[in-house]
Amino acid sequence: MMTFLRILTALVLIGIVALLAFIFVPPQVTGPQTALTADWQPEEGAGEYTMRLADCEACHTAEGGTPFAGGRPIESPLGTIYSTNITPDPETGIGDYTLDQFRNVLYDGLREDGAHLYPAMPYANYRRLSEEDVRALYHFFMEELEPVSAPDHENEMPFPFNQRWGIRAWKWVGLGEGNLSSEDRGAYLVEGPGHCGACHTPRNAVMAERGYTADDPAFLTGGEIAGWTAPPLHGPASALRGWSDEDMKLFFASGRNDHVGVNGEMALVVRDSTQYFRDEDLDAMVAYLKGLGQPAPATAAAADAGGTQAVLEAADPGMALGPRLYLDNCNACHFTNGRGADQVFPELDGSSLVTAASPVGLIETILWGAELPSTEARPYSLRMPGFADRLSDEEVAELATFLRDGWSNDAGPVTADAVAERRQDDTREPSQQPQPAQR
Amino acid sequence: MARTDPKKDVVIVGLGWTGAIMGMELANEGLEILALERGPDRYTVPDFKYPDVIDELKYGIRFGFMQKPRNSTLTVRRGLDEVARPYRQLGSFLPGDGVGGAGIHWNGQTWRPMEEEFRLRSYVEESFGAEIIPEDMTIQDWGVTYEELEPHFDRFEYMAGIAGQAGNIQGEIQEGGNPFEAPRSRGFPLPPMKQGLDAQMFADAARGMGLHPFPRPAGNATAPYVNEYGMQLGPCNYCGFCERYGCLNYSKSSPQTCILDALRRKPNFSYRVNSEVLRVELAEDRQTATGVTYWDEEAQEEVFQPADIVLLCAYQLHNVHLMLLSGIGQPYDPTTGEGVTGKNYAYQMNGGTTLFFREHDFKPFAAAGSNGMSIDDYAINRIDFAAEGFIGGSYITAGISNGQPIRGISLPRGTPSWGPEWKAGIREWYGHAMSIGSHGSNMSYRDCYLDLDPTYTDRHGRPLMRMTFNWKPNDIRMTQFMRSKIEPIAEAMAPDSWQSSYKAEGAQYDVRPYQTTHNVGGAIMGTDPNTSAVNRYLQAWTQHNVFSLGAGAFPQNIQYNPTGAVGALAYWTAEAIRRDYLPNPRPLM
Repeated sequence: MMTFLRILTALVLIGIVALLAFIFVPPQVTGPQTALTADWQPEEGAGEYTMRLADCEACHTAEGGTPFAGGRPIESPLGTIYSTNITPDPETGIGDYTLDQFRNVLYDGLREDGAHLYPAMPYANYRRLSEEDVRALYHFFMEELEPVSAPDHENEMPFPFNQRWGIRAWKWVGLGEGNLSSEDRGAYLVEGPGHCGACHTPRNAVMAERGYTADDPAFLTGGEIAGWTAPPLHGPASALRGWSDEDMKLFFASGRNDHVGVNGEMALVVRDSTQYFRDEDLDAMVAYLKGLGQPAPATAAAADAGGTQAVLEAADPGMALGPRLYLDNCNACHFTNGRGADQVFPELDGSSLVTAASPVGLIETILWGAELPSTEARPYSLRMPGFADRLSDEEVAELATFLRDGWSNDAGPVTADAVAERRQDDTREPSQQPQPAQR
Repeated sequence: MARTDPKKDVVIVGLGWTGAIMGMELANEGLEILALERGPDRYTVPDFKYPDVIDELKYGIRFGFMQKPRNSTLTVRRGLDEVARPYRQLGSFLPGDGVGGAGIHWNGQTWRPMEEEFRLRSYVEESFGAEIIPEDMTIQDWGVTYEELEPHFDRFEYMAGIAGQAGNIQGEIQEGGNPFEAPRSRGFPLPPMKQGLDAQMFADAARGMGLHPFPRPAGNATAPYVNEYGMQLGPCNYCGFCERYGCLNYSKSSPQTCILDALRRKPNFSYRVNSEVLRVELAEDRQTATGVTYWDEEAQEEVFQPADIVLLCAYQLHNVHLMLLSGIGQPYDPTTGEGVTGKNYAYQMNGGTTLFFREHDFKPFAAAGSNGMSIDDYAINRIDFAAEGFIGGSYITAGISNGQPIRGISLPRGTPSWGPEWKAGIREWYGHAMSIGSHGSNMSYRDCYLDLDPTYTDRHGRPLMRMTFNWKPNDIRMTQFMRSKIEPIAEAMAPDSWQSSYKAEGAQYDVRPYQTTHNVGGAIMGTDPNTSAVNRYLQAWTQHNVFSLGAGAFPQNIQYNPTGAVGALAYWTAEAIRRDYLPNPRPLM
């Protein structure tokens, strides 16, 4: 009996020591991938360009706030995390970070004080940044930005998720093997700074990305962000199905092409990141994405097996509610063939938004409308109006179900309850909400 | 108390077509620019959003996008011996307000005047003799030729994405286009619109009579389009809500669809809405302007905005009003014929014949502002003025633009305008009527002009502008000539009945029924400071840093809708400022 108690006590003590060690012993850091001399300087403009590649601005800027001063809420299934001030302010920003501390953030998710960062910061992807780009980013944030005093917003994470030491365990299973930058420019951009997988790769039971490079079959096969489906970028349901190289480049440069208008969180990516990519980087990224395997688009014959276009063009007064709602609300721009018009009115036939696994994006688009970002290549922030004031939950559900099953589309129905839920949960930023007309 | 804001390089008065074009062209030069717009801001969504905007009562009848006379109007009289009264209810013409100006609520008809129209007095004198010009007719040459403006027409049409069929490309006559038009350097950027049954029937009849029908040039896009600024149009769906409405479909050429979001990206350009310019301020020696004073509606105060260059880009009536209020150019005096500001106000002489067909359904609800077929066989360069006894011309056209229920239904004369018989008439004739119209020139006259009203003032205490205008025998003869050409075409189409409406001898200008918002003149261009208010670059003769854009520059009215010429003149002026004025600010003539 005594022996048992002694063993138990010893085990408890070992456990406590291990836990204390787990919490307090500093973790190993990854360190630079390549050795650069201390006086190495990035080329003129490389700092800002790398920041664009890594899209730091979209997350680290509140809606309407000062760029990089943080405060943008990032919804996670575990609670709301607020992005931090990454201007070089020594008090409230990152002004006193050394280069090594800065790299620890990007590679190991470690704050200056050693605390673990939530993986909302995509260090699982940024681990693949080259040392040159790490140094370029460091230069940008330390030398090229004005400091802004803006204290960080308290996160809204319930216990136990507010215990950051637990993230250490997550990193053991979540970060994956290795962190070497790819030598292929396209792969490097997508896997590293572009952190495309953060949204477009499915996550496993512990919310880690199921793969970080093209070697993993699940990589970029579709994920979820803010309830919206981030579509697969290769495979049978690829959002890029049937896109030419020019279509892809124009999408990244302007948020629009002959098939789609950028929607959801991806609009911020185009607005703050991809529109600034150099032409040769777009070419490299397009070549890489093509190389993942893009299926051919559906043939014209298979495209409309159900005769959607014929139903719409017959315009029989006795037609079902779904097509009638389409004719009365959508047809003016998207037309009876569901093909819209190049660069202006997105296609609905074959649209990854319409047929997404989660209908949330489609429902929210019908309810609240959508707006394309203004870019250098295409300055027009074209807006689709919302129909929340015009269509009931049942009507939105009928319409969405019609769209998901129209032409060549084949996705499941949408219920009025699902619409009601989105209508009540209007989380849009005020600037995204329709402004009342000034009269 | 007035506040003074920091100085700008350029202040633009009014943010419609010309303000947006000048803003873009001069922002590209790196100048600091502020545009002041008296009305509100307007975006396709939410301001023109489907279905809210296709509300005929709100926008078609109650003029939702137009200026409110309580805020801004003028007085009108028909001759020097009448007392002018305020235009208290919009009727004859409908000036727009807000960002985009009239460029949001037009139909989109985008023409080039004929070569001869730019040098009308010379053309008449050379071809028919000076003696055929009536004593009181004050027509002039523009001081700029078609050839000089051609690249700027081309630029405007490609910027605005105009749909049409060229008739003359570099002297080569094109099948299906207007063979009488001046040569174009290239074809239209977009193919012509689809035509309704009425336009097809008119074209067939005209062709059968040896005439030359062609599709109307349209600012209603027929395909997706990207212009030089990267701005975009979507294809028109023929919803039938163009004139008086903003386009819900990104299809109508407008400052919104073609320029504004690109302009908003310029860090050196900004604009303020609800800011009505009250006057242009002049330097003590009156040789230059120092800026403008405007009413800031939000702050409820007057603001002095200093600037090196003042561009008057408001509607024609307001540009002239501001010039009169500010002492830019000597006010025109009809008794002596001296002075220039306010001179040669002109309008548009239109007429039409309505045809009723029981057996045809024209489906008027599927239409657009600019679909339709036209003939130019009776245009200004096709008529022997000496033989016919008038100076002028028209294009003749058929094209239903809408089937709106309140204003869009024609009934045979004699049908009661209310009650059960009216209802029966509506049931019987909806979709069975079409019309053939003539859109004609209007000459300028010694006693048709604009000046300051001696009695009435506006809400800012400024004198209202006074319009003195009436129809003249020359133009009535012109429109009667068109009647004599249209009615045989109508008869050839064998309608069940038809009725005509053309100004007849003795017709007086009536400010109540809508006619057209093609008000021109008053700030006319030319090469002689004694007979024009601005020079051939639209630069004020008296203050070289003031430019007056728009149709106020037309010395008399052309036989076409004015927007094409307004746009070309804006690019012409922008080029003159860029190339010649900025390096050395001075009178350019």
